[in-house]
Amino acid sequence: MKRFIGFIKKEFYHIFRDKRSLFILFGMPIAQILLFGFAITNEINNVDIAILDHSNDVETQKIINKIKSSPYFNVENQIQSEREIESEFKKGKVKAVLIFEPDFSKNLVTKKVAVIQAVTDATEPNVANTIANYTAAVIQNYQLQKKQATISQVKVDVQSRMFYNPELKSVFNFVPGVMTVILMLVSAMMTSISITREKELGTMEILLVSPLKPFQVIVGKVFPYIFLSIINAIVILLLGYFVFKMPINGSLFLLMFESILFIISALSLGILISTISDSQQTAMMLSLMGLMLPVIILSGFIFPINSMPMPMQIISNIIPAKWFIIIVKAIMLKGVGIQYIWKETLVLIGMTVFFIALSIKKYKIRLE
Amino acid sequence: MEKEKIIAVKNLTKKFGDFAAVDDISFDVYKGEIFGFLGANGAGKTTAMKMLIGISSPTTGDATVAGFDLHSQSEMVKKNIGYMSQKFSMYDDLTVKENIIFFGGIYGLSRAKIKTKIASLVKELQIEDIINSLVGSLPLGWKQKLSFSVALLHDPQIVFLDEPTGGVDPITRRQFWEMIYTQAFKGTTIFVTTHYMDEAEYCDRVSIMVAGKIEALDTPKKLKEQFKVDSMNDVFLKLARNIE
Repeated sequence: MKRFIGFIKKEFYHIFRDKRSLFILFGMPIAQILLFGFAITNEINNVDIAILDHSNDVETQKIINKIKSSPYFNVENQIQSEREIESEFKKGKVKAVLIFEPDFSKNLVTKKVAVIQAVTDATEPNVANTIANYTAAVIQNYQLQKKQATISQVKVDVQSRMFYNPELKSVFNFVPGVMTVILMLVSAMMTSISITREKELGTMEILLVSPLKPFQVIVGKVFPYIFLSIINAIVILLLGYFVFKMPINGSLFLLMFESILFIISALSLGILISTISDSQQTAMMLSLMGLMLPVIILSGFIFPINSMPMPMQIISNIIPAKWFIIIVKAIMLKGVGIQYIWKETLVLIGMTVFFIALSIKKYKIRLE
Repeated sequence: MEKEKIIAVKNLTKKFGDFAAVDDISFDVYKGEIFGFLGANGAGKTTAMKMLIGISSPTTGDATVAGFDLHSQSEMVKKNIGYMSQKFSMYDDLTVKENIIFFGGIYGLSRAKIKTKIASLVKELQIEDIINSLVGSLPLGWKQKLSFSVALLHDPQIVFLDEPTGGVDPITRRQFWEMIYTQAFKGTTIFVTTHYMDEAEYCDRVSIMVAGKIEALDTPKKLKEQFKVDSMNDVFLKLARNIE
C-alpha cells in the first residue's frame, strides 16, 4: 500500500509538472464545454430578414407585424423588387427574404390560398433550414389565430410539443457529448501517452525489474487518471448545470456510477493502445484517430445515428461512447432509473471487461 | 578455495520462432567479481541479461540468481538484484530526491531507511547543491552516477549494468569505473555489458557472446594469452571473425 501511494505521488508530479498535460486535463474540458455551449447552437435569435411585399394590404401588414414582434426575426428593411434579393444576400447581413405574392388578401378570400415565399441564404444550410422552419411556425401561428377569430367550426390542429427539451436547446445535446469526448480523451489518450512515455524513457524496464508486479505498475499508472477524470466529469456537470441550466433529473449517484464505468472502459482502451505502441506519438495518433474520431462521428454526439447509413449504424454499436451518451441523456433529461437503462449499462460493462481482459493479455505477451 | 557462485546458468535458451537469440548457454558468476558480458550487437547479450533480471522468460534452461531459482522464485530474485539500463532511466521531471524516494519506495524501503540513504548519498557524491534539482537539468555524467546509486539503493547482492557508459566522455567513464570498483570492493557482484574493449580489461572475468553462444570465458589476461594477442580488442575481433 505504501508503495502504491508513492507510485501515485510520482504520477501526480508528472501530471502537475507538465503544462501540456495540465492544459489538456483542465483547460480543455472548460474550453470545450463553453465553446460547444455558446458557439455551436442550432437556435436562432434576432436573424435579420428583409421583406418584399408585392401586395401591401391589411393581411400582409398583419403578418409582417407578427413577424416583427417575434424574438427570432429582425426585419432589417423592405425591398421593392426581386432583383434586390441577391444584392441583399451579397451584403451578407440579411439571411432571408419573405416574399408576399401580389393580391395576397384577395387570393386568400377568393382562392382560399395565398402564397408567402421564404428565400433563404443557404450558404449556411443549418441556419437556412432553421429560419425556414421558424418562419413556417410563425405564419402557422398567425393562421391559427385567424381561424379561431373567424371560423366558429372547431378544427383539430396538430401541434407538436418537444418533450424533455421543449426549447430544443442544443446545449442539452452537447453537454453529454462533450462529457463523453473529454472523458475519453483524458482517460484513454492521457494514460496511453503516460505509459508509452515510460517505455520511451526506459523507466518501464526499471519498474518491471523491480519487485512491483506488472499489474501493480499498470494500476498505479491509471489510478490518478480515474481520479482526475471523475473531477472532470463533475466540473462538466457543474458547468452544464449552472451555466447552461442543463437539468439533472435523475439520480446523481447513478450518473456518477455510469461515468466511472465509462472512465474505466476508456482507461482499458488506453492501456490497450499503450501495449501496441512504442512511442508517445504513436499512442497519441492511435488515440486521436482510433478513439476520438469514432467518438465524435459515430456516437450520436453530433450526427444522429438514426440518419446514418445502415453499415454505419451497425458500426456505431461497438463504440462505447454511443451507449454512454444514451445513458447520460436518459438520466439527465428523462430522469430515469437503472430499470430503463440496464441494457445499455450491461453493454458498457461487457465492453469494459472485454477491453481489460484484452489489454492484460496483450500486456503479458509483451513481457514474454 | 572454492568461490561462491552467485549466478549459475545452465543450458539457457531463448527462441523467437525458429531463431535462437540465446543458444544453450551455461556459465557461473562468482560472488564479488566484476563480470564483463561482451558481444557484438545482436549477439544475444541483451536477451540473455533480460532473462537473468526476470523481464523475459527463457524458452528452456535453468538459472539461479542470488541463490534463487529464476522460474519459481522470481520475486526473490527481483528483490536481490539491481538494474541500471543504458538510458540511465530516472524521471527527468522529478528532483534527485524525489527519484530516490520513489525508487526506494518501490523496493519497499522504510521512510527512515530512505532518509539515511539520502543523507549518505549526499555525503558520498557531494550532491548537496543538486539534490533538489530536476534530474532533467543535470549533465549526463551526473545522471549516470545517480542512476547507479539508485540501482544500489536496496543493497542488492548483484547489480546488472546494461552498457552503463554509453555516450559519456572518457573522464566520466573513468570516474564511473572507480565507482564500480568501490562497490565491488564492498562485496556487490557486478554484471556489466559493454562495447568498450578497454573497459573489458577492467573486469575480473569476461565472457564473449557470438551468435547466441558464449565463445570465450576467462580473465582478460588468460584470454589474451589464449588468442595470442595484446589487447581485448584483438581478442574480440579474432573471435567475431572466426565465427563469421
